[in-house]
Amino acid sequence: MFMSTLTNPWPWYITGPLIGLMVPLLLLLGNRHFGISSNLRHICAACLPGKVPFFSYDWKKESWNLFFAGGIIIGGCIAATLLADKGPSSIHPALAAEMAGYGVTYVNTTLPAELFNWPALFTLKGFLFMVAGGFLVGFGTRYAGGCTSGHAIMGLSNLQWPSLVATCCFMAGGFIMANLILPFILHL
Amino acid sequence: MPLSSNTDFEVQSLDTSTDTNHTAKKAPLWRQLQYLATGIFFGIVLIKSEVISWFRIQEMFRLQSFHMYGVIGSAVITGMIAVAIIKKTGARTIYGEPITFQPKSFNKGQIYGGLLFGFGWALTGACPGPLFAQIGAGFTVSIVTLASAILGTWVYGLLRDKLPK
Repeated sequence: MFMSTLTNPWPWYITGPLIGLMVPLLLLLGNRHFGISSNLRHICAACLPGKVPFFSYDWKKESWNLFFAGGIIIGGCIAATLLADKGPSSIHPALAAEMAGYGVTYVNTTLPAELFNWPALFTLKGFLFMVAGGFLVGFGTRYAGGCTSGHAIMGLSNLQWPSLVATCCFMAGGFIMANLILPFILHL
Repeated sequence: MPLSSNTDFEVQSLDTSTDTNHTAKKAPLWRQLQYLATGIFFGIVLIKSEVISWFRIQEMFRLQSFHMYGVIGSAVITGMIAVAIIKKTGARTIYGEPITFQPKSFNKGQIYGGLLFGFGWALTGACPGPLFAQIGAGFTVSIVTLASAILGTWVYGLLRDKLPK
């Protein structure tokens, strides 16, 4: 009974507050501010050569966040193996119908296998989804100074109005891409 | 880079007022492991909440499901209450260090960068946290997406002074 509860997808009213509790947990553990995307900057500072001023800082002072990101990888592995979804899950019929029109079927709750796979990387469509999409995530989050965790959750929790601006722009960008641009890419 | 120009909301050690932040100095490994453990818990929650799902992200941006709004909304409300309590009580870390907040300023990057990240979010179905979780969950091709995100961050760093801000 308990395990079957854990292996079904968890409802939003459980997971949302658990995600929100990351904020006080990290503050109480060591005055750390929740925010994942800066890890991409720390990786650049630690690994990539060249004297770019933006990456010339003591990334080791922020190394806690790299441990946090490493933990997310391990947590993802645990959830996908020990707590893997057994219960059925579904998507909105309109989305399922729209995606079926592009040859994309809903099988699991994560990534559509037709779009995200290694061979697809060498097609224009796959390149746009994975490589261009990833590039925009990295470029955009640093230009904005944070991501969903750093702005939308930590920034809003701390009542920073620039974070509200950023969050609204994240959503606006997502709406534009999903509704206006994505149909053309899926048609490729 | 002068400290006053820190536009990053996520890099506390570049904030001017955190020069006195003791915890920013050498952290012993056992304290780092606490963050590893916190990350493991967060990774599990990300997977089980389905916020790493490309399909849930598409539903959100098509207003077809309340799920993502429920997750993010209740996370923000929980965080707001927690931060308000910490500020009100002047709570310290469990090791007695002060908990500090730095007010952040507006710049156009939050608009332009925010829109660009939104495009990437709808394409990849992942923000940076979920990217790490997808890799852990066995979606190995997300390593390419993550590598491309690191490249995007690096290119931003190169072009930073030429971009509107």
